[in-house]
Amino acid sequence: MKQSLSRTLAAGTILSSLLFTGSAGAQSAGDDLLKMEKNAANVVMPTNSYNNQRYSGLDQINTRNVGKLQVAWTFSTGVLRGHEGGPLVVGDTMYVHTPFPNSVFALDLNHEGRILWKYEPKQDPNVIPVMCCDTVNRGVAYGDGKIFLHQADTTLVALDAKTGAVVWSVKTDDPGKGATGTEAPMVIKDKVYVGVSGGEFGVRGWLAAYAIADGKEVWRAYSEGTDKDLLVDPQKTTALGKPIGADSSLKTWEGDQWKIGGGDTWGWYSYDPQLNLIYYGSGNPSTWNPKQRPGDNKWSMTIFARNPDTGEAKWVYQMTPHDEWDYDGVNEMILADQEMGGRMRQLLVHFDRNGFSYTLDRATGELLVAAKYDPAVNWATKVDMDKSSPNYGRPEVVAKYSTEHTGEDANTQGVCPAALGTKDEQPAAFSPETGLFYVPTNHVCMDYEPFRVSYTAGQPYVGATLSMFPAPGGNNMGNFIAWNARTGKIEWSDPEQFSVWSGALATKGGVVFYGTLEGYLKAVDAKTGKELYKFKTPSGIIGNVMTYEHGGKQYVAVLSGVGGWAGIGLAAGLTDPHAGLGAVGGYAALNNYTSLGGTLTVFALPPS
Amino acid sequence: MCWPARDGEIPVPAFFFRGQDVRRILHLALAVGLCLSGAAYAVTDGSGDPAAVKSDDGKWADKDGNPTFKVEPDGTVDFYTYVGFTRYSAECLRCHGPDGMGSTYAPALMDSMKHLSYSDFYGTVAGGKKDVSASQELVMPAEGENKNVMCFIDSIYSYLRARADDAVGRGRPEKHAVKPASYEKTEDQCMG
Repeated sequence: MKQSLSRTLAAGTILSSLLFTGSAGAQSAGDDLLKMEKNAANVVMPTNSYNNQRYSGLDQINTRNVGKLQVAWTFSTGVLRGHEGGPLVVGDTMYVHTPFPNSVFALDLNHEGRILWKYEPKQDPNVIPVMCCDTVNRGVAYGDGKIFLHQADTTLVALDAKTGAVVWSVKTDDPGKGATGTEAPMVIKDKVYVGVSGGEFGVRGWLAAYAIADGKEVWRAYSEGTDKDLLVDPQKTTALGKPIGADSSLKTWEGDQWKIGGGDTWGWYSYDPQLNLIYYGSGNPSTWNPKQRPGDNKWSMTIFARNPDTGEAKWVYQMTPHDEWDYDGVNEMILADQEMGGRMRQLLVHFDRNGFSYTLDRATGELLVAAKYDPAVNWATKVDMDKSSPNYGRPEVVAKYSTEHTGEDANTQGVCPAALGTKDEQPAAFSPETGLFYVPTNHVCMDYEPFRVSYTAGQPYVGATLSMFPAPGGNNMGNFIAWNARTGKIEWSDPEQFSVWSGALATKGGVVFYGTLEGYLKAVDAKTGKELYKFKTPSGIIGNVMTYEHGGKQYVAVLSGVGGWAGIGLAAGLTDPHAGLGAVGGYAALNNYTSLGGTLTVFALPPS
Repeated sequence: MCWPARDGEIPVPAFFFRGQDVRRILHLALAVGLCLSGAAYAVTDGSGDPAAVKSDDGKWADKDGNPTFKVEPDGTVDFYTYVGFTRYSAECLRCHGPDGMGSTYAPALMDSMKHLSYSDFYGTVAGGKKDVSASQELVMPAEGENKNVMCFIDSIYSYLRARADDAVGRGRPEKHAVKPASYEKTEDQCMG
């Protein structure tokens, strides 16, 4: 079945001949979006705005009245799998997406969410088991009167936003090899940008730009390979201020391992229209057994800044060279301008899976701050910030927690964070009002044992066993924190029983929202973290909270529907292998708190 | 028709076991239920009595030749079952959850082993399975060509059988037997 699937779907991976020809033609969609994203009534992109701040200028709901919030209406998606991402609101229409089968609903906000149209693709179900960690999808993008969806089977489809009719459809990769679509696309100017999932199947990562008019591939930039494949200029593309030089990726892999080297691009994308740069991160190198792939494995685990017109990389920064723990670098890049050292800086702030928060100058890629955002993080003591050091910008790895050092068929114990990271894909928010970042985090550690694994196309290529347990010193598996990216300090921290796996939302009303795995939507005071409101939705929340205004009234909406990696790792509860005999077995099992099922819950204040 | 069951045993009503092993009764009840639906009869688990009776250089089998576990009174687990834990965690955990306990995504295999025979298990792993209904689509991939699974399928089976029988607890088995002399060679031959 796999083979017939790969034959059918093999088209579409061919590199476009249009590399480096730049963009011409209509710029209307992107220009519209630049205007539309400033209208707080709408949410026209899955990241809320190009800068990924997830901040809303709406303030009807504020710290004084949020305690009175009520459910205004609900909507069942009819799908049981994990619901990541969140809906869009464009004018009078809300667009809601689901996990596999990747349905999209257009709901009429003028008529209490009546269904205007529904799109449900027919996909080969053989794609289901090649999706690592549940059949999630993180949302749709809007632009040029179209809705863009990257389906599980790597079909990128453009739908007429008014009717749901397919305008064009293109295959971006081959699910027969384990490549899948889970991320939310982004529209910039006349192109739509998508990446790929499949780090557990040896899929080589890429970011690609497609013309929104007809779906033609304009450029594709790989995370690993030749300079041509990477779309880098060895002299002009820099890493920490220095040119990366020729064959920067090839030199860091043994033989042609880079061809199955991972570095997938399933996270969020952000864009700075002034600098004209698109930012994103690449994931883990394949396999999880570091002994099997000597070298730095560039450019996995890397922040990329690329020209969205040509794809050419302006700068790169590899956070975790030669990964030994599955610390994907795909988490969102939040673009914020803040004063540092007496002057305004154009910052990029990134909360990495590896437990460090990185603050960089987003114009140049200069590293300004790298600090642990969970005190439990122990795999590295710090990131070397000495510009004259040969290890500048590299983590100082602790031998005891190095799975490379401990070696194959041996168990490296007590590594913090676990492979799911101090934070996974669930995006943080930034409030320009407080100058703070609001970060949903995991507080979980692991034992990790790498071993030899062989590669078969379309089969898992993992090569490590790991067991997870809550970080020492408490029973809470998560925290929701407020972070100062200029000082690298936690301002306040709210402990949560389970990992916080929902995207946060900051608002001008001084309220920050997030969801919990038990299913609570919570509202807290942005200044203090004090809980102001909570409501238990039908299932665990791994979606992102959003807010919009319709008919002069502010609404808050979130998808619930437990699943994803959180649902797999935490469903049965964790046990601590080091607790010793006699310890009460295990911590809270998510199974005892919530069950499957996708629902959108929309909140509003009662009529005054 | 599923009477009598394997080895000439006759299903005995549960009350015959009064005062005896409660788990055995539960399994019997389960077996009777399955019998009605036409599935295989089972006494202790899907492959019958898991007691280890034969060893081929540390690889244990039950009286019917099915792979099984051997746990010493001090808790030492045989090497193959231990390998089963590591390979399960690498290849199966991503869907079926830690320690065979299931997830929001896929069923708990420690429960499935209570009614799946070794050949059922082998067939499903090698050939895959689809359970598509109106409410959800569950798809188990065919692992027949995946050496990382198939070279270790007996170990994974023994491990899950031990979990189903509560012979091995959650997490990594604390103590395991030394690696048998022939193990490395067998693994190398299979992995290529």
